[in-house]
Amino acid sequence: MSLPAWTIYLPFLGMLVLLLWPGATSRDARRVALVTMLLAGGAAFLSVLRYNPDAGWQEIVRLPWIPQFGIEYHLAMDGISACLLLLTAVASVVGVLFSWNIEHRTRAYFAFYLALIGGVYGVFLSRDLFLLFVFYEIAIIPKYFLIAIWGSTRREYGAMKLVLYSFVGSAVALVGMLAILAMGWRETGTPTMDLGLLARIPWSGGFQAWVFPLVFVGFGFLAGMWPFHSWAPTGHVAAPTPVSMLLAGVIMKLGAYGALRVGVGLFPAGVQMWQGTIALLAVCGILYGALVALVQQDFKFVIGFSSVSHMGFVILGLVTLNRYGLGGAVVQMFSHGILAGLLFGVVGRMVYDRTHTRQLPDLERMHLNRVLPFAAWTFVLAGVASMGLPGFSGFVAEMFVLVGAWSAFPLYAIATGVGILVGVAYTLRAVRRAFFADAGRAVAEAVALEHPLPPITWPEKIGAVVLLAASLMVGLNPDLLFRYVLPGVDGMLGVMAKGGGL
Amino acid sequence: MAAVTYLELLKLGGSEVLLVLAGLVVLLVDLAVMRDEPRQNRMLLAGAISAVGCFAAGLWALQDGITGRAFAGMLVIDRASQLVKVVLLMMTAATVALSVQGRFTRHVGEYFSLLLFSTVGMMLMVSTENILLLFVALEIASLSLYILTAFNEENPQADEAALKYFLFGGVAAAFLLFGLSVLYGLTGSLDLREIGAVLGQRGVDAGVAVAVVLVLVGFGFKVAAVPFHLWAPDAYVGAPTPVAALVASGSKVAAFFLLGKVLSTGFAEVAGSAAWHGVLSGWAPVLAVMACFSLLLGNLAAIAQKRLKRLLAYSAVGHAGYMLVGAMALAGATDRGRALAMVVFYAATYGFTTIGAFGVAAAMERAGESDRIDGFAGLSSRAPVMSFCLMIFLLSLAGIPPLVGFAGKFFLFGSALAAGPGLGLVWLVGFAIAMSAVALFYYLGVLKQAYVVPAGERAGTLTVQVSVILTLAVLTAVVLLLGLYPGLLLDPLTRALAVGM
Repeated sequence: MSLPAWTIYLPFLGMLVLLLWPGATSRDARRVALVTMLLAGGAAFLSVLRYNPDAGWQEIVRLPWIPQFGIEYHLAMDGISACLLLLTAVASVVGVLFSWNIEHRTRAYFAFYLALIGGVYGVFLSRDLFLLFVFYEIAIIPKYFLIAIWGSTRREYGAMKLVLYSFVGSAVALVGMLAILAMGWRETGTPTMDLGLLARIPWSGGFQAWVFPLVFVGFGFLAGMWPFHSWAPTGHVAAPTPVSMLLAGVIMKLGAYGALRVGVGLFPAGVQMWQGTIALLAVCGILYGALVALVQQDFKFVIGFSSVSHMGFVILGLVTLNRYGLGGAVVQMFSHGILAGLLFGVVGRMVYDRTHTRQLPDLERMHLNRVLPFAAWTFVLAGVASMGLPGFSGFVAEMFVLVGAWSAFPLYAIATGVGILVGVAYTLRAVRRAFFADAGRAVAEAVALEHPLPPITWPEKIGAVVLLAASLMVGLNPDLLFRYVLPGVDGMLGVMAKGGGL
Repeated sequence: MAAVTYLELLKLGGSEVLLVLAGLVVLLVDLAVMRDEPRQNRMLLAGAISAVGCFAAGLWALQDGITGRAFAGMLVIDRASQLVKVVLLMMTAATVALSVQGRFTRHVGEYFSLLLFSTVGMMLMVSTENILLLFVALEIASLSLYILTAFNEENPQADEAALKYFLFGGVAAAFLLFGLSVLYGLTGSLDLREIGAVLGQRGVDAGVAVAVVLVLVGFGFKVAAVPFHLWAPDAYVGAPTPVAALVASGSKVAAFFLLGKVLSTGFAEVAGSAAWHGVLSGWAPVLAVMACFSLLLGNLAAIAQKRLKRLLAYSAVGHAGYMLVGAMALAGATDRGRALAMVVFYAATYGFTTIGAFGVAAAMERAGESDRIDGFAGLSSRAPVMSFCLMIFLLSLAGIPPLVGFAGKFFLFGSALAAGPGLGLVWLVGFAIAMSAVALFYYLGVLKQAYVVPAGERAGTLTVQVSVILTLAVLTAVVLLLGLYPGLLLDPLTRALAVGM
């Protein structure tokens, strides 16, 4: 069955169509992109539905590619991939909807966009380390152009910073990968890059001790792991809204996924050696991101730093090495992908594109709750969801991570709890200042808007509703995801235990 | 030593003979028939004859069953050498195609025949295991390239560049010759295999060390590795752009193949080791130092460049560093053939890519603009196809998958690391990868001009010559195809070299 593979091929086909159709108008380009993303998303949904979570790894394609290094074109999915496929499907479709107002060089915009998504799907389905890395890197370059051409605040700086950070991160990971290749070659006598086979090699403790941090941190760059996160806020702010949505929604997950599959999956003993350090960094990230978000004046920076904070949960969950922590981390990837996307959508598209300011003091004077009620209420819902209100996906995910962390490192779990509280504070502060500013003061300043703001369009509404619904569904019925994620995590932990380390 | 008849010799050296003939025909036809024709026609005809010559020579090289070793390793024809020759001929053909619509010289016949003669030199470089012929072949290639560098009538710096290239080259040739003569004195043989055997018994002593270092100096110049790179930026800028492309591509492929052969046949037993905490004297530490400094200087200096050709020149120095890292794998005794295959694969694919990048520079110059990087502003709307090609070339040079530059780098580093001992070379590989992150910065700087910065006021559509755009398209296809399926070139190379060694 090769249906899941079409999630990769379709975006690249769509890109080709756009590249080879010079006469396409903005309308045409938008439609091509939407149709492509709907088809790819549909393929993703269908393949997750058809996937049997108890069956473990489901092979999709396996062809020899570069036999000199044991590299194969090998796609396969397990429960973790399934969860992230769903995320990508939702985020990519909504991203197109939120791109509906792009008029400048639309064809090129969507060509880059589709290439990016193709790479993302590819990462989540790769079972070969080399292939995973190829897709991972494919996702980097389009980001540069998307931000540098269509971005806003200091876009060229933000784009270059983001790309160099990602590339340095992947360079670090690449050193680790090459070491894995060479060492595995020596251990087994034949070169292999197959993640399944590599996980079964009994790596020596000394080797794991230095390769694990290389790989984990290398991928961690893109996951916004503190203190290598500083590309994330600037990048998010500089990017055009749909791209911020994708950055926070799926791109940061690529890093976390790489760290999970390659770092944690291959080197259980390495995780044990380093888990204290990495958990400390994760907690620092959670607290730091939340505290910095608390004092931002730029609305988008609030969300940008909150992303760093939320990704800290993912990192923390990854190194707990138990099923709750890991499962929570994966669901947190999903949840944060949906919610950060939504928050960026509200801030960047619904508010900024209309008011042309993101400064909280300016927004305070605009009574946005009356002018843009849909945006206001969407943001409130997304905000409470991301601060972890029960009923939304954020709660389930963060609770699982905390449960996992409690058994692994109780002290950090407490610090994380503080981080959640600060999260409530910055979200409420942003909600209040952006949408529900103090009436008395606002009336006194009474700056009537010179032009009425254009109303919220249908693509935006649909996108917002889809994202909210996704978060709510997972929040109310967590089993929707956990039935895929937990078997996947169990399978991974089982292999790790057999590999001799746990 | 088996006697070789003239007929067999002609068969073994058929490609070279054909190419020399083509060069003579070009010269003769241009002199005798085309003297009074307009330059455009002369260029076209001469280019066509040269291309036919390359094609014929390539076909000859592709024939099965032409293998042999004549005159104590003077002429060694095996599948590997034939394969590399085909690659070289393709590069020359691409250079010819980039030249035919150029306006940089009036000496049409001389220009094309010298291109072909330098290629003959390169082809001889890849088909010898004899240090005397090695030197002669190197000089044939180099001397032709020195002269070609001076051919640029449009650029007043060309003479100076050619002189600089020549003087540096002459000194390096002297070093190489001195090293080779020491080698002969030590071993009493001109055949690399016998030299290898004698050196194996002798080990690394003072005499051998002198010989090894002097030979590496000579090659270091040829491949523009630091500290012997000083000629490169000036020569690349001064030379006619297609010639610069050939210097950066064909000449490098031949030099690296030959270097690999020397290191793995002649110097096999005096490799030493550059492993961290385990340095042993031999050529490996010398090469590691050269690689390190080439990577560092090439990539850092490229950041500061304002012109594409200068940028490419410094990046060529950096790429020589990557290939030297790959050549370190030849020190490991495990599988030298495969290690050499990786180096040649990288050199070849790098060559195709960089010819493409030079082609874009040539097209800009031909359109009345310069290769100034800020002049590329808005190129994506002024010449969409060409700027797409440029994006592919530069991203491939930066090592972004799925383009071939990434695959090539992965192979180089993978084989260097796997060759051992232990993971001793991880410091060098790590450094090389770090430098490739630096490289991305300056390549993206060019692409930023092309794709992000809008065109200035005088921005019209650029007219790009048909021959140039076709060449660029073909090269782009090669870069993409080999990136997606490296086996197309890698499989034959590994097979041929596994047999050859």
